[in-house]
Amino acid sequence: MKTAVIVFPGSNRDRDMFHALELITGSRPQSVWHTEATLPDVDLVVVPGGFSYGDYLRSGAIAARSPILKDLVAQADKGMTVLGVCNGFQILTEAGLLPGALMRNAGLNFVCKEVMLETVSDGTRFSSKFEKGQVWRCPVAHHDGNYFADGDTLKALEDNGQVVFRYANGTNPNGSINDIAGITNAKGNVLGMMPHPENLVEPLHGGTEGRILFESLLEAAA
Amino acid sequence: MKARVTVTLKNGVLDPQGKAIEGALGGLGFDSIAAVRQGKVFDVELAHTDAGAAKADLEQMCEKLLANTVIENFAIEIV
Repeated sequence: MKTAVIVFPGSNRDRDMFHALELITGSRPQSVWHTEATLPDVDLVVVPGGFSYGDYLRSGAIAARSPILKDLVAQADKGMTVLGVCNGFQILTEAGLLPGALMRNAGLNFVCKEVMLETVSDGTRFSSKFEKGQVWRCPVAHHDGNYFADGDTLKALEDNGQVVFRYANGTNPNGSINDIAGITNAKGNVLGMMPHPENLVEPLHGGTEGRILFESLLEAAA
Repeated sequence: MKARVTVTLKNGVLDPQGKAIEGALGGLGFDSIAAVRQGKVFDVELAHTDAGAAKADLEQMCEKLLANTVIENFAIEIV
């Protein structure tokens, strides 16, 4: 599986993502600087976590208007697989690739801890190797992870099975509506999530459940 | 030409920062506080001489960047 990671000024989880992708796919991801006009020919594009543009204006707002995003939107419309983690999720909502918005955490604090996630849908290319209903541990680290969508959008997300990950066992760290931790677009080729699966891929991380997401993608690309 | 753009959260969108400010004002003894909503103000200078054209441009700027219309409303004022 060929992969690429888009890097913005202020990205800081790009190296973690490079490491996880290389570990699981066996080949080095391509790094794409935000000013580039076109994406390379790959099977998966990742928008990593961090604080692009210092979270100025709104988290992800400026990055979502950078040159490479035009091609990302065009490629995503054609069905390319896109994963956005943390700031990447914020960027994908700001770019209109995913519905809703990520607002300041309800408790106002930056949260850096482990939460429990439930894999609500195993019917996506990002989650096919999870058991439906599987509950797993995953780290989060964010200030603006409070997912919000209006009633109609929320109903559509739930009815279409677009909610892939939910905070489980009362561990919602940010006030997200319906405990939403990760969603796909209607076509199912774009996933955004606040937790960091790339930080749970080696025994030294304390667990390897994050691998399941990348292995699902690997299987889908095969 | 100068303009002021005000961006506010839509009704029904939770504003935890506004709530925290509301609580702090109450703590300072301002008992009359009923609710606080936090927003943003942008003071923009434009080369336009026509207010209508300036407003049309500013509306585009709000739709495309200054506001996230999923959660925010905007108001434009030529000053």
